[in-house]
Amino acid sequence: MKFTEDHEWLEADGNIITVGITEHAATQLGDVVYVELPEVETQVSKGDEIVVIESVKAASDIIAPLDGEIVEVNDALADKPALVNEDAMGAAWFFKIKIDDLDALDEYISEEEYKDLIGE
Amino acid sequence: MAEGDLKTLALADLHAELGGKFVGFAGYAMPVQYPLGVMGEHLWTRESAGLFDVSHMGQVMLPGDSDLETLVPVDVAGLAEGRQRYGFFTNDAGGVLDDLMIARVPDGLFLVVNAGCKDADIAHLRAHLDGVRVIEDRALLALQGPKAEAALAALIPEVADMRFMDSTRMAWNGAELWISRSGYTGEDGFEISIPEGRAEAFARALLEDERVEPIGLGARDSLRLEAGLPLYGQDMDPSVSPIEAGQAWAISKVRRSGGDRAGGFPGADTLLDQIANGAPRRRVGLLPEGRAPMRTGVEIFTSPDAPTPIGKITSGGFGPTLGAPMALALVASDTPGDIPLYGEVRGKRLPVAQVKLPFTPPGFKR
Repeated sequence: MKFTEDHEWLEADGNIITVGITEHAATQLGDVVYVELPEVETQVSKGDEIVVIESVKAASDIIAPLDGEIVEVNDALADKPALVNEDAMGAAWFFKIKIDDLDALDEYISEEEYKDLIGE
Repeated sequence: MAEGDLKTLALADLHAELGGKFVGFAGYAMPVQYPLGVMGEHLWTRESAGLFDVSHMGQVMLPGDSDLETLVPVDVAGLAEGRQRYGFFTNDAGGVLDDLMIARVPDGLFLVVNAGCKDADIAHLRAHLDGVRVIEDRALLALQGPKAEAALAALIPEVADMRFMDSTRMAWNGAELWISRSGYTGEDGFEISIPEGRAEAFARALLEDERVEPIGLGARDSLRLEAGLPLYGQDMDPSVSPIEAGQAWAISKVRRSGGDRAGGFPGADTLLDQIANGAPRRRVGLLPEGRAPMRTGVEIFTSPDAPTPIGKITSGGFGPTLGAPMALALVASDTPGDIPLYGEVRGKRLPVAQVKLPFTPPGFKR
């Protein structure tokens, strides 16, 4: 599993990458009440704002960590946004993105480096 | 403002010990939430009792014969000792400079004003009235919720006899408390002014009660919004009249046209005209149909393709008790009250229903 400095986790299965936010990020956001997901088959570019997470207090964005095509989104979040607080690293994944260039993952950091970043 | 420039509350150490997370608000480092989280704190306050530190707000004493009526459209002369009224300072255009609580106490009038406005309020008061005394050595706590009475009465039994908007002085372990039965959460509860040196011991005594949890600014905002209570700086400001903000009820009868002391406050002509003939805008409660919250600044339209907005959201968020998003908006007065409206969120027009306020029923003890 790889991590971004924007508190996303990336889990690769071949060239399909599952993306979510870290438990640390979920704790910082507080109670999540709504998640707006991208549409399947959307082509995204790295840096695009593709998910909106609304907590009780504020809205925040998740940006696409890689170029690719959205191939699946986690519909469970529509009915149960609180999953993000309950299981950020598992059941609350946001989307799966199909990428052409697996090397693009290399720029992201390891779990150890991420833990250093957040001071754990 | 850099964090180092923030003023700290007398109870800052206690908030830190309780796990409070701090944010800068109105120049103060304020606890925004505790380990229970905004949602948990909100629901706790609705079901039990929440303790809020609101010491950042301004406390001001005026002489009893003060001519405060020249600055507020409120019946101050007729305010009996031991009673409190809600009101606002108005400007010459009829806009709101701040909203405040006014209590008649044995040695004068006790005012509580908003933190963000207190310096301007004090200057405004001093420019027009004599004997303005700013209270800087007292903390202010709010205990709110259906179990607030039982929890406070465990320390001071007499508070159980207070009615909504009573204001009185009582002793606790030798400290003089200035207590009013009021608050800004939609719940029954109390606001308690206490000498700073005694505030921590008093707060700890309340927190020892299992019915009481510390609550931060985050839940304070969602609680007041669910209760349909406008917030100064969002739902009211110098460009919004109290009539537009839905607060006409707070303009006392004797200060209205035909009353014994009609007018005589800034913006009176405009406001009395708005009471008689209507204001350009009105405040509405909105329930978005989906789960997406609509926040401050979202523009409101009468149809999915209307070219121009008829108003905008002034406060919006998610209501934990309601279990749904909710918002307050200012819209043009000629907007029919029975049609669905549309809020534009991230380029999409989403339907919202206009509803009666409050969003959740109040728990005041009349």
